[in-house]
Amino acid sequence: MKEPAKKTAPEKAASAPKSASTSYDAQWLLGLYRRMVLIRQFEDRVKYLFLEGVMPGTIHQYQGQEACGVGVCAALRADDVITTTHRPHGHCISKGMNVNSAMAELFGKVTGCCKGKGGSMHMGDLSLGIVPAVAIVGGGLPLTTGMALSFKMRKQPRVAVGFMGDGATNEGAFHEAVNMSAIWDLPVLWVVENNFYGASTKVEMVVKTKHISDRACAYGIPGLTIDGNDVLAVYEAAREAVDRARSGKGPTLLELLTYRITGHSRRDPCLYQPEEERKKALANEPIGRFARHLLAKGIADQKSLDGILESVKAEIETAVTRAMSDPEPRPEDALEDMFV
Amino acid sequence: MSTRRLGIVEALREALVEELRRDPRVFLIGEDIGIPGGWGGAFTVTLGLEKEFADRMVNTPISEAGLTGAALGAAMMGMRPIADVQYSDFLFCAMDQMANQVAKMRYMSGGKLEVPMVMRAPVGVTGRGAQHAQMMEPYFLPLPGIKIVCPATAYDAKGLLKAAVRDGNPVLMFEHKLLYGSKGPRSETGSVDASSDIPDGDYTVPIGKGIVRREGKDVTIIATLLMMHRAVEAAGILAEEGISAEVIDPRSLVPFDWDLVKGSVAKTGRVVTVEESPKRGGLGAEIAATLAEEMIDFLVAPVKRVAAPCTPAPFSPPMEKFYVPDAKRIAQAARDLIAIS
Repeated sequence: MKEPAKKTAPEKAASAPKSASTSYDAQWLLGLYRRMVLIRQFEDRVKYLFLEGVMPGTIHQYQGQEACGVGVCAALRADDVITTTHRPHGHCISKGMNVNSAMAELFGKVTGCCKGKGGSMHMGDLSLGIVPAVAIVGGGLPLTTGMALSFKMRKQPRVAVGFMGDGATNEGAFHEAVNMSAIWDLPVLWVVENNFYGASTKVEMVVKTKHISDRACAYGIPGLTIDGNDVLAVYEAAREAVDRARSGKGPTLLELLTYRITGHSRRDPCLYQPEEERKKALANEPIGRFARHLLAKGIADQKSLDGILESVKAEIETAVTRAMSDPEPRPEDALEDMFV
Repeated sequence: MSTRRLGIVEALREALVEELRRDPRVFLIGEDIGIPGGWGGAFTVTLGLEKEFADRMVNTPISEAGLTGAALGAAMMGMRPIADVQYSDFLFCAMDQMANQVAKMRYMSGGKLEVPMVMRAPVGVTGRGAQHAQMMEPYFLPLPGIKIVCPATAYDAKGLLKAAVRDGNPVLMFEHKLLYGSKGPRSETGSVDASSDIPDGDYTVPIGKGIVRREGKDVTIIATLLMMHRAVEAAGILAEEGISAEVIDPRSLVPFDWDLVKGSVAKTGRVVTVEESPKRGGLGAEIAATLAEEMIDFLVAPVKRVAAPCTPAPFSPPMEKFYVPDAKRIAQAARDLIAIS
């Protein structure tokens, strides 16, 4: 064991790295804010299109978890890579995917990031460092290890991030992938977005440890529990872990505490989420929190935040209009893209 | 050109060495490889390679899903991993990675990425009972996205492995334990000589191209791996009785050399398929169905499938002998077809 596990007490989670936001560039902070709003508006619009019956398929959405993807990806370079899950829209947009390309994929159009062959659950674009999403819970983690292995073997200063939900940490693939990343000190950041529910099952029914990050010590790597609704706390923790990974010191497991303020999928009314808990979660959702932070610190005024919302809405509407009028694939295109 | 007589293990090892030297992106990943004084994998294929390629042999924990995924991730980043599992039975542990990730990643991306990886897996009903002696081909045959090769000779083993490394797609290579010719403590009881004259210098065997192992005009026998050797033996028995059997070794299952099979069937009108795996849903079923669809006018008799029964592989030698098709059963199937047509 090369690196002793840093055990994080639960009390410390709440007081995880305080944001010294005054030292951040205002434009950069507003960029984070805009990206979170972009994801929220994208997801809300998609939900509406889906419920209207306009959009095909099924969807798993990211509302409430925006600070996780945006905070982590803000700590990455363009040539770093991520793997994402059945809930990938937020991660893709966080890593730089254009909403036109994402929206077109959801409509199954040839202009989509996977030419309509992926859909919601396999959204990705490797040219942006986004592996097509792996929708089998935990299934993307072993290949995250493999990407990092190739970086280490070729001495490339790149980092691989494996995003997952709390449920993935109960999969065998999690154990195999994290262990292999640990024994070889690979440049990996494991990000567990703990939204407290695996579909409708509460995390405490299926995890015995107090924190999911406690599991890191089984692999001899640092594990931290962070407030996943504080985008700057996420960024700072990710930044430290990414720097550590890039400098050859091995992987870190970050547990980001967040909350899914929408259904698990499709028309899920979330009857399993207690009313009181939902109310608290809504008051704690990351975009409102960051807006209040920006206003309180005088980094933005309400008018500029409203301006961001308006420009995002326009961007989304353009994406919807374009995607809906983009060409459908030819049916026989289904036969293409099998082998090189 | 001068040649050397090599068994499959030595031929595979030579292919690995040559590909590792040729392309710095090639590396090996698997269990019990690259350890000085170790086994060189379960059947000695990688024995001693650590002397020259220590930094390109990734010895993994016993984590088949993990190592398969690791090979996939590295392949997507432009490496050329050659992964192996000690026994093909363990592919079940890696089945999500193989079936959901490796096979589908390129397609899901809309053809925007490549997965140039090789997975090697030993098969064969070989004295180990139900969990270390299965034939795994039938589980992968219907899976779109992975090419499958099955070398029955040392020449093909080397040529197909080199072709697989250079292919740019996932290639799954089944190797038969009784054909390896492993030496020393890892040698196999009941081995069959599959050695070949291996030419000096570089060559590949094209994936998707079968070969006629013995020419004939009365009946076509189609078999791979160990069963190909049994089929050639059966053809010898039949020849003594005046029956001329043609033996076809498809060598690749995906893509499959239908042209070769159809050409032979057009000539003989009779087909025997041979499998070491259970009859239900296997290669024989696929061949019979395709010939029924496309070649019915040429068939003068039904397609006959010689296969294992639909049970797990038994351990006890008398039961195992009953389970695996032999030359006698193959010859009898051919005689039966001739008798009714």
